[in-house]
Amino acid sequence: MTKYIIRRLLQTIPVLIGVTILVFSLMHLVPGDAAKIIAGEGASDQTVENIRERLGLNDPLYVQYGTFVGNAVQGDLGSSIRSGRPVMDEIGARFWVTFELAFYSTIVAVFLGLIAGIISAVRHYTLTDVTVMIIALFGLSMPNFWFGLLLIQWFAIGNWMPESLEFLKMRPSGWGDDWRQVVLPVLTLGTGGAAIIARMTRSSMLEVIGQDYIRTARAKGLTERIVVYRHALKNALIPVVTVVGLEFGGFLGGAVLTETIFAINGMGRLTIDAIRTRDFPMVQGTVLVISVLFVVVNLLVDVSYRYLNKRIDLN
Amino acid sequence: MISKDNVLEVRNLQTSFSTDKGEVRAVDGVSFDVPKGKTIGIVGESGSGKSITSLSILRLLAENGKIKGGEIRYKGEDLTKVSEKRMRELRGNEISMIFQEPMTSLNPVYTVGQQISEALISHQGMNKKQAMVRSVELLKLVGIPSPEKRVKAYPFELSGGMRQRVMIAMSLACDPEILIADEPTTALDVTIQAQILELIKDLQERLGMSVIFITHDLGVVAETCDYVAVMYAGQVVEYSDIRTLFKQPKHPYSIGLLNSLPRHDIDQEKLMPIKGNVPSPHEMPTGCRFAPRCPAATDLCRAKMPELMTDDSGNQIRCWIYSDEWPGEKEVNVYGETRIAKG
Repeated sequence: MTKYIIRRLLQTIPVLIGVTILVFSLMHLVPGDAAKIIAGEGASDQTVENIRERLGLNDPLYVQYGTFVGNAVQGDLGSSIRSGRPVMDEIGARFWVTFELAFYSTIVAVFLGLIAGIISAVRHYTLTDVTVMIIALFGLSMPNFWFGLLLIQWFAIGNWMPESLEFLKMRPSGWGDDWRQVVLPVLTLGTGGAAIIARMTRSSMLEVIGQDYIRTARAKGLTERIVVYRHALKNALIPVVTVVGLEFGGFLGGAVLTETIFAINGMGRLTIDAIRTRDFPMVQGTVLVISVLFVVVNLLVDVSYRYLNKRIDLN
Repeated sequence: MISKDNVLEVRNLQTSFSTDKGEVRAVDGVSFDVPKGKTIGIVGESGSGKSITSLSILRLLAENGKIKGGEIRYKGEDLTKVSEKRMRELRGNEISMIFQEPMTSLNPVYTVGQQISEALISHQGMNKKQAMVRSVELLKLVGIPSPEKRVKAYPFELSGGMRQRVMIAMSLACDPEILIADEPTTALDVTIQAQILELIKDLQERLGMSVIFITHDLGVVAETCDYVAVMYAGQVVEYSDIRTLFKQPKHPYSIGLLNSLPRHDIDQEKLMPIKGNVPSPHEMPTGCRFAPRCPAATDLCRAKMPELMTDDSGNQIRCWIYSDEWPGEKEVNVYGETRIAKG
């Protein structure tokens, strides 16, 4: 197992090289001159040239890339052009905010999704099943920026929970100390994920329930509860775990809309702001960090397969 | 032959499935007895309803399947009427079952020991530790080498024959009165088949349970069974003791079946196949279901379905030849063999 994990971590190196090359070239292919943007409108050519020289933008691309990678492996992702602070520090401050949001959202998604999926599968082709699946389809189709706005409308601005407006105020340092701030953003992100997990759980459970070993379990005289939760669910979980991993990874990197709606200072907003202002080091830094996270999440998913089914040989 | 010692009596069982094309009566008039400590075979071609019969006994039919009529009497209780809770108490405890496919019948994500233990924990109130100890004993009983090690193995680590032994160990966990073996050797190599048959036979003698052996293989029947029910198109057409069936089969279908089988105990010039096909469950003939393929069929056979009749020796037969109403000749030639009609 340890050997496997080490090997998998080594395998991420080529992935990360690919990611850095991609991000690096994309940033240089898009129109716009970083030095000019930083210098601001009406700056003299000399000022722009100085900035360009300071940032190394006059060097050939491969030298710029080499410098970037060289520093990155030492944990130095450069400094933000905009704020001048080290990229790592900026990311560090925002990372836990996003991580918390993604983590709680995933828990909500798994909890709601599994329950809905199992109920649907056990009562397949009944009214319950159809109802649950229609709700899931809504959850899946609803853009979360819209759902987020609806939640704000209902709970914060409307009369349901007017005091919750208070929790929507931006806290630059993250969540602040009130857990209630987390509720609406987590619901926004979590429900979409729950819908996907519910549908996956249902189809996976239905497939498993038709298997011979489920009949064997029933022939042993076990209760339907044990048959479903012990015998069927564990077998049905593998595709579900894959989806959960993807969801969690997606939440970490792509919760931009939710973060924007709820004014959360997370990774998503950091990335978008960096792209908008051509803050090259920051964009490279955030994308790199998100990629590493994605790779780690995938690794965890693969390791959990082995736990669910001993037949899967990781080596 | 039919005595008070029967542990199970199936009477006119009818099981239907609702399908897109309408209701299909997969089992329609199955009756047989299972005497205590004996082995009864249920033979028939694919689709004759033998597996559905066995699943009906345990009420493990697929969701679209339903028992529509008849009785399944187990020690006086009608299993078609008892509660689901009572059924669960019986399943795996007093009546247990092993299936055709050992490769897919064990849960891939639990160890052999965990799977055997389950029945012991839920029916005998053992704790996990006691159940594991008993599981090892059971694995030993079914001839699995180094059972202490194998009890921790996952099904994928075992061969097909070993898995079927595990299935048998699992079904024997609670000392059942009846073991239903649904084609337990069909998916196995011939050499392993013989071992598994031998094992079931041996265990039956040692534990004194009754066995319902479902198979399409008459060779297996000859080796293991005391009584046989021959099924055709969802019905029992003949039920008799093993000796009578092989020496003097009565139903034209049984005669045809035995003639199509290579045998060592009688001289055969060539094997004779039964012409035609099993009728589709959607288009059952109105009269005797075998009539369209039967060389001795008369108008009566084609018009009216014969009942299952009991003869003097207690054997049962569903054929007009042996009834008072038989319209044909006294000596009937069926697949080159002569049978004396009753009428």
